[in-house]
Amino acid sequence: MSEFFSIPRFKLPRLVAAVGAKLPQWPHSLALATALNAAARAGLLPADSVAMLEGRTFVVDVLDAGAHASFTYRGGVFRPLWQLPQDPDLSFSARLSAFLQLLARQEDPDTLFFNRELTIVGDTELGLLIKNMLDAVELPRLPQRPTLPIFRH
Amino acid sequence: MPHRAVPQLICPAGSLPALKAAVDHGADAVYIGYRDDTNARNFAGLNFDQKAMVAGIRYAQSRQRKVLMAINTFAQPGRAAAWQRAVDGAADLGVDAVILADIGLLDYASRRHPTLRLHLSVQGSATSYEAVNFAHREFGVQRAVLPRVLTLAQVETVIRNTPVEIEVFGFGSLCVMNEGRCWLSSYATGESPNTVGACSPAKYVKWEKSPGAMSTRLNGILIDRFGDDEAAGYPTLCKGRFEVGGETYYALEEPASLNVLEVLPEIAAIGVAAIKVEGRQRSPTYVAQVTRSLRAALDALASDAQHFQVKAAWQAELARVSEGSQVTLGAYNRPWR
Repeated sequence: MSEFFSIPRFKLPRLVAAVGAKLPQWPHSLALATALNAAARAGLLPADSVAMLEGRTFVVDVLDAGAHASFTYRGGVFRPLWQLPQDPDLSFSARLSAFLQLLARQEDPDTLFFNRELTIVGDTELGLLIKNMLDAVELPRLPQRPTLPIFRH
Repeated sequence: MPHRAVPQLICPAGSLPALKAAVDHGADAVYIGYRDDTNARNFAGLNFDQKAMVAGIRYAQSRQRKVLMAINTFAQPGRAAAWQRAVDGAADLGVDAVILADIGLLDYASRRHPTLRLHLSVQGSATSYEAVNFAHREFGVQRAVLPRVLTLAQVETVIRNTPVEIEVFGFGSLCVMNEGRCWLSSYATGESPNTVGACSPAKYVKWEKSPGAMSTRLNGILIDRFGDDEAAGYPTLCKGRFEVGGETYYALEEPASLNVLEVLPEIAAIGVAAIKVEGRQRSPTYVAQVTRSLRAALDALASDAQHFQVKAAWQAELARVSEGSQVTLGAYNRPWR
């Protein structure tokens, strides 16, 4: 994917976070939960790993957008949380560019973590499970650019 | 094209997309593990179930790449059958080799599956040619992965005195490097790679955020505290900062990644059969990035060893994904013997 385009490392202007923080947050939660349910329905998320998320609460904090999304997984469905949980089981925080780079598989989560661009607080094992679950998702392949033959030995 | 022999490139895969990334970017072989404690990367959600293994092996082998199965932990009391079943399963799946550390398991595999190719894992901790030759004589081991404690001259001595192919680490996170003999994780948590297949298991790890800092605790023990502008590392005791003699510093090992690009010509010249990339716990993105850089370097070396130069782009890509964002030659160029 990154052979076609590359997401730069950027930081949104302060104003975005200032305004974003004043906006209602539930649409983010709803959008994220909806996307996760769609991924689960499409069979992209391994069932045995997803089952281990039962009853746990998650917060995703997009620092430079002043936005956060919170959700839980209960009864086989990702559900948005209308109020930010006081003590979520797991919270991820990063700038928008880091989240986009992660989603596009342009950067490795451990790399972002080492570089302090991604923070994970809470149940570390749960975080690892989610990271590995997302890594195991087979993304649809974009057409490959024709490559020159490689002479192997 | 005039070329010289260069080491094979052995890349890690903790998932099917990672395996495909390794193959697509030029790995000669990938190494994988089961989703249990028979391998030393037994992490939640990582590794291959049966279906993914079959698909992965087919993907690699149909492209003339090899698949190595790491069964590199030590059989635990009363549960030896689980490790034996793992070896049987690997043989049934048609992997190109199994990577073993446990002497008892090597014995089992060599008797039960005489045609199965055996590699001695780094966890087997063979640092001398006598140890490597023992594994060859007794179990027919055809390749040994050397621990990262040896200098290049010592690696060469091993190679000159054994018929066994020698594999060394080429890139990846460094630890205290006493592979197969390290009990630091057990000291803190009661669990270690040798016993449960994981160093510093995640359930014991807590990252605590406070204004301007992040603290790492392993089973309650404060391992490190990072300022907001400091690079972080894995939460292991060996990479913690401790107060020793009134000074607080990385008393055992700095968080860093090994990177052998600079000594690649020497590694090839002394006859190393393969270089291994650490990191089955990392994402497909990391596997693609590291495999791509090392493949380019090995191909450059193969086509024109005389004029081999490390390209800044390879170094930059490898430095970016490194633990603690720094790279080192590790023991390879240390003056001690």
